[in-house]
Amino acid sequence: MARVLFTPNLERHLSCPEATVSGASVREALDAVFETHQQLRGYVLDDQSRLRQHMVIFVDGKMIVDRVHLSDAITVDSEIYVMQALSGG
Amino acid sequence: MSSQIHIATRKGLFRLDRSSNGWSIGRYDFEGEHVSMMLHDPRDGTTYAAMNHGHFGVKLHRSRDTGVNWEECATPVYPEGAEIGAGPFSTDGKPKPASLSEIWALEAGGTDQPQRLWCGTIPGGLFRSDDSGTSWQLVESLWDRPERLQWFGGGKDDPGIHSICVHPENSQHVTVSISCGGVWVTEDDGESWTCKADGIRADYVPPDQAHDPNIQDVHRLVQSPSHPDTYWAQHHNGVFRTTDGAHSWQELSGIQPSPFGFAVAVHPKQPDTAWFVPAIKDECRVPVDGKFVIARTTDGGETSEILTQGLPGEHSYDIVYRHALDIDETGNCLAVGSTTGNFWISEDGGDSWQTISTNLPPVYCVRFVKI
Repeated sequence: MARVLFTPNLERHLSCPEATVSGASVREALDAVFETHQQLRGYVLDDQSRLRQHMVIFVDGKMIVDRVHLSDAITVDSEIYVMQALSGG
Repeated sequence: MSSQIHIATRKGLFRLDRSSNGWSIGRYDFEGEHVSMMLHDPRDGTTYAAMNHGHFGVKLHRSRDTGVNWEECATPVYPEGAEIGAGPFSTDGKPKPASLSEIWALEAGGTDQPQRLWCGTIPGGLFRSDDSGTSWQLVESLWDRPERLQWFGGGKDDPGIHSICVHPENSQHVTVSISCGGVWVTEDDGESWTCKADGIRADYVPPDQAHDPNIQDVHRLVQSPSHPDTYWAQHHNGVFRTTDGAHSWQELSGIQPSPFGFAVAVHPKQPDTAWFVPAIKDECRVPVDGKFVIARTTDGGETSEILTQGLPGEHSYDIVYRHALDIDETGNCLAVGSTTGNFWISEDGGDSWQTISTNLPPVYCVRFVKI
């Protein structure tokens, strides 16, 4: 199961505990988290389901490439960090 | 006279309360958050606050107990595949995807539509809610107009609806204005729309396009509550007014010391009386000669007075954004907040002003609580 961790700055607005989920891509992993944390979706993705402009996601230490479809592959051992970008602050 | 004022700022939502000792800050909510717009709905007392988080997007919160408790409600969502026009400053001439970037206008519907809200957004979508913000629907009749693809940003990168006027006697009649997209009117509750900006002039386009109603950069539009056929528009080029329900507009050259600005307020009972916050047009955008003044006309814009008592007379660099000037229901009390965090109130129609704060965050929106 992949681990999904969120920037602690999100806790200012809503609860987003670390999650362990299954899936083959970042999109699948996040969708699994959002199933139980529906409100969190709008804080990470925009209204077109793309990664928000000033958010970044790292998978196993590497920034994802596909910010639109979130198709970057993950493995069962992946660590997915959802972070703020330094832009937008 | 109203006894409460909300102030939406770059760093939170303030409420001023008036007591026997005068005005003071009574509440502070959303500490540190960018509050782009707020609304106190006089029909049921609900207060709405729109956020624009730098990283986490646009959010809308509401309180049914005057700010003691807040709940997050829905935000407008652009439909999949929605696009905005390339605009005149595009480098590739291609439309781009539409996505909510700011709630820029929020207004209550008429008393016959008790849960109706209208929401103007960047990049140019008008949304409607009939359940007090629990859900939103894009007003497709306006969004689908082919002219909408010609709208473009003025100040902001993308076009936005910043003013929504619900006719005080007919809630089916709604007028919106867009930077930059002119003035659009529906008389059938949003079923159909007509662009009504004839007579408004733009000098930021070639002369043969200057009177195109669909490219006008109205900075702020207000409607006279007592004479709803009268609207005042503070436009990028100057001040315009209509007295025939937006069928024709006249440019008014009497606003001193400058016709440029963002905000306008109209007297609730006297349609010929209005207030403005003039500044140098337009790259500079500071008060003329460093003197922060309010302009008042009482003759429909033919002439104006420059109001200075209590306002800084030198080295002022305050600009007042389009939603940061408001007037109460008596017409005596005005409130204005600036980009520099100064806040002034007049209780005599602008003749004199008292400084309430010099330390607020940049002010985006000022609204009296109207009962």
